[in-house]
Formats: sequence, structure tokens, C-alpha cells
Amino acid sequence: MAESSIKIKGKKESFFMDKVKEILPEGGNLNLCLTCGACASGCPATGLADMDPRKFLRMCAMGMDEEVTTTPWVWMCTMCQRCIYVCPMKIDIPQLVFNARGTWPRDQRPKGIRDSCDMALRNPSNSAMGTAPDDFVFVVEDVLAEYQEAQPEFADMVAPIDKEGAHFFLNQNSREPVTEPDEMVPLWKILHLAGVDWTYGSKGWAAENYCLFLADNQCWEHVTRVSAKQADDLGCKVFLNTE
Amino acid sequence: MKFTIQDPCQIVRKGFGDEIADDLRFVIKSVVGEENVIEMTPNKSNNYCCGGGGGFLQSGFTEERRAYGKKKFDQIIETGADYCITGCHNCHAQVHDIGHHFGGTYQTVHIWTLICLSLGILGPNERTYLGDDLKDVDVFHPESSLY
Repeated sequence: MAESSIKIKGKKESFFMDKVKEILPEGGNLNLCLTCGACASGCPATGLADMDPRKFLRMCAMGMDEEVTTTPWVWMCTMCQRCIYVCPMKIDIPQLVFNARGTWPRDQRPKGIRDSCDMALRNPSNSAMGTAPDDFVFVVEDVLAEYQEAQPEFADMVAPIDKEGAHFFLNQNSREPVTEPDEMVPLWKILHLAGVDWTYGSKGWAAENYCLFLADNQCWEHVTRVSAKQADDLGCKVFLNTE
Repeated sequence: MKFTIQDPCQIVRKGFGDEIADDLRFVIKSVVGEENVIEMTPNKSNNYCCGGGGGFLQSGFTEERRAYGKKKFDQIIETGADYCITGCHNCHAQVHDIGHHFGGTYQTVHIWTLICLSLGILGPNERTYLGDDLKDVDVFHPESSLY
């Protein structure tokens, strides 16, 4: 790990960036920036909130902790990792962004993301729309029965929930069962024709994880563990995440 | 009729790389015909994120999210494609929204819709995201239409 080339006297010892370096493999290469700008030149978030990835990293390196932990830009970067992909030094700017999100007081983080996370914590579905397990099971069974009848070629089609020992544990974005249930069907048909052994879970079925986007580590771990446990309890071999 | 492909950052760049992007293209070309696929550039692992990820869709920064997505919108328009195929739920919502917002005429479609259409098993109620050009093509059990 290279030493930082920039030392600013008079600033406090513990920079935000130093804390992030401690938790990343190889320190996220955060000290290796050549200031080339490849990250910023190919980043769709460049210019939003008067910020870009290169500028954000340089500000972190300069110890401008207050600015980097309050800029709303961290909620406009999608952490898509294109900056890492094009960086000659593979610097992990998205992890800086994620951890900057985490420094915001929870009640000041974007309400829409926070509410979606809180909804997911209401019941074991993990759904950002708050849909309860029973409601999901009802919709899936209802839609399946409808299609088995209307399209007799698919009378044997299945949409299993909590099938023990199924090979694939498949999750499902909440939007389909809640607002456009017919959109679930084409995927069921493909799985049926391909002879795939799969199942949804009554718990942990929802694919979205807004607690992750909220940078609420405790809650996103909880949500993830609910899904993983359901897949494990059913003895599934492969977790298929559709998000 | 032409189709373009939005590579999902999560599955491609952050997941399985160009190999799965090529798998996606194998399926799409089998379904719509190789000559009907027009690529955006850059693509695969080097694609531009559409702006639907990371919680952006729920963040409340709508104006900024659309400004971010303008780059993707321009790329899609540049291809001249009638359809943008998205392999990710967030991409679908964002590409659909920026198309509507910036006045594009392309449709945003899930890959499962096109696979079933190509197999002749896409019913009348499973066509929400098809345009008028494909809405009535080879409808499976048209008598079950709710519309």
C-alpha cells in the first residue's frame, strides 16, 4: 500500500478517507490516484451537484471531510463501478461514496430510500412495498390458476412457493406481484418449458434491497439474511437474484 | 424493426463480466435476428449506467436522475432502435422513464417478453411493454384478452 502523497498539516489526524481505507481490501487503492480524470470523463454523474468522481476522491484525499460527508452527490452516484473499470489504478471510489452515505444521520438520508428500507423491515417478505407473505402467496397462486385455465398448453405449469429441495431459489421484484402480476407469467413459462426446478420463498421473496442503498449496514444485512436463510432452510442449491 | 441492449451494471460489470453480456446477446440475437441488433457504444462491461441503480429511483432527486439518464437516452436514440431491451428491473424503470420524459419513441422491454413472443406463447395480457408494431403479432390465446 503506497503512502499518501498529500499531507496537510494542521488538519485532524483521522480523515474520512483513512477510515474507509481501513475496511477495504488493499485500502481500496485510494492513495494511488494519478488524477488522470478517466473516471470523471466517463461518469454520467459528472457535473451533478457540482461534483464528479475525480473531484470527490481528491477532496477526500485533501481531508475535506465536512464537504464530502454532506454533499448530496453521494445519492446521485449509482455506485455502478464504471470509474473502477476504467481506472488504471482500480481505485474504489464507489466504496468511498457508500461510506459517505453511511456518515449521514439516518433521518437525514433521502426519505424515499429510507421509507423503502423501513417497509422491508415490517415483515419477512423484504418487500420495499410492504407486501406481506400471505398477499404474495395469494397473488402467485391466483395468477397461476388463471393462466393454467386460460392457456391449457400451460395447465401443468408451476410457480412453487417454499418447495423443499428445489435447485433454484428465485426472488422477485415487488412491482410485478403488486402492480402488474401478468408480467410474472412469461418468466414462469420459460422456466416451465426449460424444465427448471425452482421455487419462490414465502419469506425473503422480494428482490429489492433499499437498506443497502440507504447504507444502513445492520438493516441490509438483516434483509439479506432473511432471504439467504429461507433458501438454506429449503435446501436450495442456487440463489437466483433477479435484481 | 431494430433492437438495442442495455447491459445491467450489476450482472455484467459488477458480476460476471463480458462473458454473460455475450450470453445475453446470444439469446437476443436468437430471438430477434442478428441483423436487427444495433449496439450502443460503449457497451458490455464498459457500458454507461442508465441511472436507475443505487437507489436513485427512490432518492427524490428526480431532476438529477433524469440529467444522469440523458447520456443513456442519447445513446439509445443514436442507435435508432425501436426497442431497448433491459435485463434489470431498475434499468427497465429508468430507461422507460427517460424515454417518456425526453420524448423518445422507443419501447422499453423485458427480455422474457421477447423470448415468449418468439416462441409464440405470449398471451394478450402479457404485452404491456410492446409497442403497437408488436402488440397484435402472433397473440397466444387472444380470446383471453382482458382489454
